[in-house]
Order: sequence, then structure tokens, then C-alpha cells
Amino acid sequence: MTIENQSTTPVEIGKLIGVVEEFRNQGYRLVQIGCTATGDLYEINYSFDKDYTFRNIRVTVTPDTEIPSITGMYWGAFIYENEMHDLFGVNVRGMNIDFKGTLIRTSVKNPFGIAAGKGEKQ
Amino acid sequence: MSRQIIVPFGPQHPVLPEPLHLDLVLEDERVVDVIPSIGYVHRGFEKLVEKRDFNNYVYLAERTCGICSFIHGMTYCQGIEQVMGIEVPERALYLRTIWSEYSRLHSHLLWLGCFADSFGFENLFMNAWRIRERVLDVLEQTTGGRVIQGACKVGGVRRNIGSEKLAEMNEGLGIIRREIEDLTNVFLFDSSIRHRLKNVGVLSKEDAYHLGAVGPVARGSGVNVDLRKTGYAAYGKLKFEPVVETAGDSLARCTVRARELFASIDMIHQAIAAIPEGPLDVKVTGAPEGEYFSRSEQPRGELIHYVKGNGTKFLVRSRIRTPTLTNIPPLVKMLAGCELADVPVIVLSIDPCIGCAER
Amino acid sequence: MAFFEMAKTAIKTLVQRPATIRYPAESAKKTEISRGHVTIDESRCISCGSCQRTCPSQAIVVEKEAKTWQIDRLRCVVCRACVDVCPVKCLFMDTQYTAPMVTRSTETVMITYVKPVKPPEKEEGKA
Repeated sequence: MTIENQSTTPVEIGKLIGVVEEFRNQGYRLVQIGCTATGDLYEINYSFDKDYTFRNIRVTVTPDTEIPSITGMYWGAFIYENEMHDLFGVNVRGMNIDFKGTLIRTSVKNPFGIAAGKGEKQ
Repeated sequence: MSRQIIVPFGPQHPVLPEPLHLDLVLEDERVVDVIPSIGYVHRGFEKLVEKRDFNNYVYLAERTCGICSFIHGMTYCQGIEQVMGIEVPERALYLRTIWSEYSRLHSHLLWLGCFADSFGFENLFMNAWRIRERVLDVLEQTTGGRVIQGACKVGGVRRNIGSEKLAEMNEGLGIIRREIEDLTNVFLFDSSIRHRLKNVGVLSKEDAYHLGAVGPVARGSGVNVDLRKTGYAAYGKLKFEPVVETAGDSLARCTVRARELFASIDMIHQAIAAIPEGPLDVKVTGAPEGEYFSRSEQPRGELIHYVKGNGTKFLVRSRIRTPTLTNIPPLVKMLAGCELADVPVIVLSIDPCIGCAER
Repeated sequence: MAFFEMAKTAIKTLVQRPATIRYPAESAKKTEISRGHVTIDESRCISCGSCQRTCPSQAIVVEKEAKTWQIDRLRCVVCRACVDVCPVKCLFMDTQYTAPMVTRSTETVMITYVKPVKPPEKEEGKA
């Protein structure tokens, strides 16, 4: 079994668009965008792949930070950004197709978010 | 300019096996814009990981999808094994490969059947599913489950396949191969089918690559992406070439899947010939701490299980990125500009599995 | 381009025996290791509760005082995790699927296991 070399680079939120644009210019494809709630912060992973080289960048933000949308570079990213918005309550600014919380309709609002997790414990 | 009307398509529709809703903006008979929406079968799988032991989550990870369940379980196990630094025995890796390829056979045959049904070829649909039944029989005989195999666990596999059974499988594949030949000849050469599928839902190579298409959708458009080439499980030791077609239409996607059936059969033959003797699993102690993006090739494309542990037996996060989710943007691109009557065929041609897309 | 590609298969299937089973007149296919439903040997169960803790769908409830083993068949996902984890091997996987039911109910089994009295000479030997 071969072990894949996976690198994760932390990126500041202000430089996100620039870094993603560079990936796009180098011919990487967008693999996924995924959000993780850790403590009081959200870790957002943007993964890219080119010829089976897997690269990952990570933005760590507070729940009320607005994330710039990367749909300008990767048109198909709207599906991940809407998912992230619906499940975690992360605000994404400037999506090309904004479902405004109707992509995944859940009985609890933002079920995976930090606020929902805290409500459960009380 | 003619008047625009919006036609809702799905979530209940004769052609759709799963609940996907599309708002089709029509100008006469032509689709000009599509707004997809999912969200009918969200089950909150990923949240459940915080309440289940990481060893037991395998059973849940497998139930993400009812068609490619084995590969889901395997990819999850692979992620945990990487985080914990577990060396899986060789025999277990080969068994995983064999079951993965049987899953692929079963999934592609299921899809070919559904696809035939989508353009109204009932007889072909029944024949595809009859062959699929042979594959399911083998899966049940070796793992105990027809669709939910439950054969994978963290650190190895739960079941062994004896050498007699392997030889029997090797022979059985010959029969399956002959039947598949008859079946795919119809798909690939029949004039009415070609006429129905050619130039329907064309996706260019650039669009496929940058919109994030994976699996047969990407390979049908000439993008050579097959995660099996990264050599997970025992794929690194098998010889195969990704099946790539360049036309980018529905026929190309159908051809990719039809040809992959033969590639899968070849791979199983190779794996059966090369499988070493040895233990099936290693004992797992401790708890995962760290993170990993586990990637594998599902019948529908690239699958990612992201696992993150904090040293307790409950994981912090499991994210499952399924191929259907990422194939939705390319689907939107394909549908724009097509005829209303072609919509069912195009939707089916990406092999949608909404149950896994929403988890 | 070819015509009548399907004809060969269609004619063949016409003369062949049907691929389907006349269920329920004929019994369904099953193999020796098919996962049907979980059964318990109540005379061997030591009420340790491992199965309850390991069950991913929380279908099993073991009550130590009341000496009962309960399973909700509709919750059970037949994953075989409990059979693997049982320390005294008193759980088995039967190949027969659970019969259909119209209401949700739990199945309760009374545990008849009696802890054997330790032979006294062993204690003496230790001491």
C-alpha cells in the first residue's frame, strides 16, 4: 500500500483568493471544500489535485467571519460552499448560485455548527 | 425571444432512482438554465461520528451508499489506518481489491440497466440486472451480504475467501464476461441506442476538469483521472490502464462504464492470481490522533473520506465527499442548451446517487 | 452501426428458464454465511452488555438485574458486530431474514444463565 503525501498549508483569509487563483493558473482541479468545527473556530480545507498530487490549504476562521467565494475561479465550487453554509452556518460572500440555505434542508438550523453543538450540551 | 417557463423535474420522476430536484428554465423545448437542488434525504451521518466508536463507524460509513458500500467502508478504514500508522496485511489488501472490483461490476451493471430504462429499453434493463445478480451472488457467498458487505474493518478484513472459492470465482468470471460481452455489444453498437445517445449532453474536456468532474464523467470527456492509479489497497501491483473516451457525450460515458467492466474483470483475475497467503487483520490498539484525506475510486468517481481524530475513540470529524456531489456542477453545464426530452438521459448519464451525495 | 444486436439475447432469454425465483412459493436464495438475523443462546449469556455498547444502531438493550436481552429488529442493521464482540460466543447470525412486521416492537429474551458456583478446593489450592 502506498502512502500518499499530503501537505496542508495554513492560509490567511485575506490571501485565500490569491492562493486559489494560483492553483487554478497552475492547472489544479478542485477536489473538495470541507469545514470542521474545532472548539470555537472553523477550519476550512480547500483541497486541490493535479496528476495525483494532493495539496490542501486551510483557513481558520471565527464563526462570524465572512468567507470570500471561490466560484469566480472554480465555477463548480458553489455546491461545497452552499453545503458549508447550510450545515455549519459559515457565511460565504459572492457565490454564483446562492441557495440561501435551501440546498440541504434540515430540521435543525446549521446542525453541524458550533452554536448547535453548544445548545445540545446545555 | 420566446417566453420562458420553468418546469420542475423531480424529486419524484419515473426515470430518477433517487430524489434530485431540477428547475428547468425552458425556452420552447430548449433548456436554457438549470437550478439543481438536493436535500431530501440528508441523514446527518457525519455528525454521528462524534457519538460512535471509530471502529464501529465502519458499519455506518458503509451504509452511506447502498451501491458502492464496500468502497465507502474501505476508504474510511484506509483513512483511520493512515492516521494510526497501521500496516494492513497483504492478503487483506488483495481481498479488499477483489471486493472493490466486484462492487464496481455490480454498480456499473446496475447503472447500465437504469440507463437502458431511461431511454425506454426495458428488455436490456432486465438483462443487465440478470448479470448483476451473478455478481451479487458472489458477494453474498464471500461476505454474507448482497449489497451491504460488512467485510471491511479497521486493520484488515473480517472474512477470508478460501482458495477453492477463489478458483470458482475465477471460472465464474468467464461466464460473466461472456454475458457482459453480449450486453455491451448492444450498448455500444446498436444503431437505435447510438442514435439516442450520440451528441447528447456534451461536456468539454476543459469544463470537465475545472468543474471538478470525476470518474466516468471526467473520463468520458477525455480527462485521465483514475484514483486507482495512486496505488491504494493492492492496485499498485495490478496492471491496468484507465478507460478514457474523448467525445464527452452520453454515449462516451456509457462506453467508459461498459469498457470498465472488462477492465474490472481483468483486475480481479490478476488479483486472484497474485493473492498471497497470510493473516487477515492486525490488532488495533489506541485511538486515532491526526487527520487524513483518504481517497479512492468509486464506480462513480473519486471518493474522499476525511477523518480527524483527537486521541479519543470518538472522531472529531468525518467528512465524506462523494462523487455525485462533485458531479452536479458538470451536470448543470451539460443540461444547459439541451432538449427537454434529453434531460432524463443526461441526468442518468452521470450516475446520480443522491443518497450518498447528501449523507 | 449494427442492427438487431439485441435479437440474439432476446431469443436466448425467451427459450431459457426464467432467471427469477417464484418467491414465496420457492424459498429465497441464501448462503451459509448470509446475514439474516441475530439469535441468542440465553443459557450462556453472562449479561456483560458488550453487544449493547458495540451496536452501531443501538438496537440491543441488556438489563443485568432483570436478566433480559432485548432487540429491536427494525433498528438492527444486521452488521454482525455483536456476534464478533461477544466474549462467551452466545450470539449467532442466523441466515433467515427477519419476518416482516407491521408494528415496531422489541423482542425480549429471558437470560437463563446461572453463574456456576466455584469449586471450593480451587480456592484452597490458591491459598
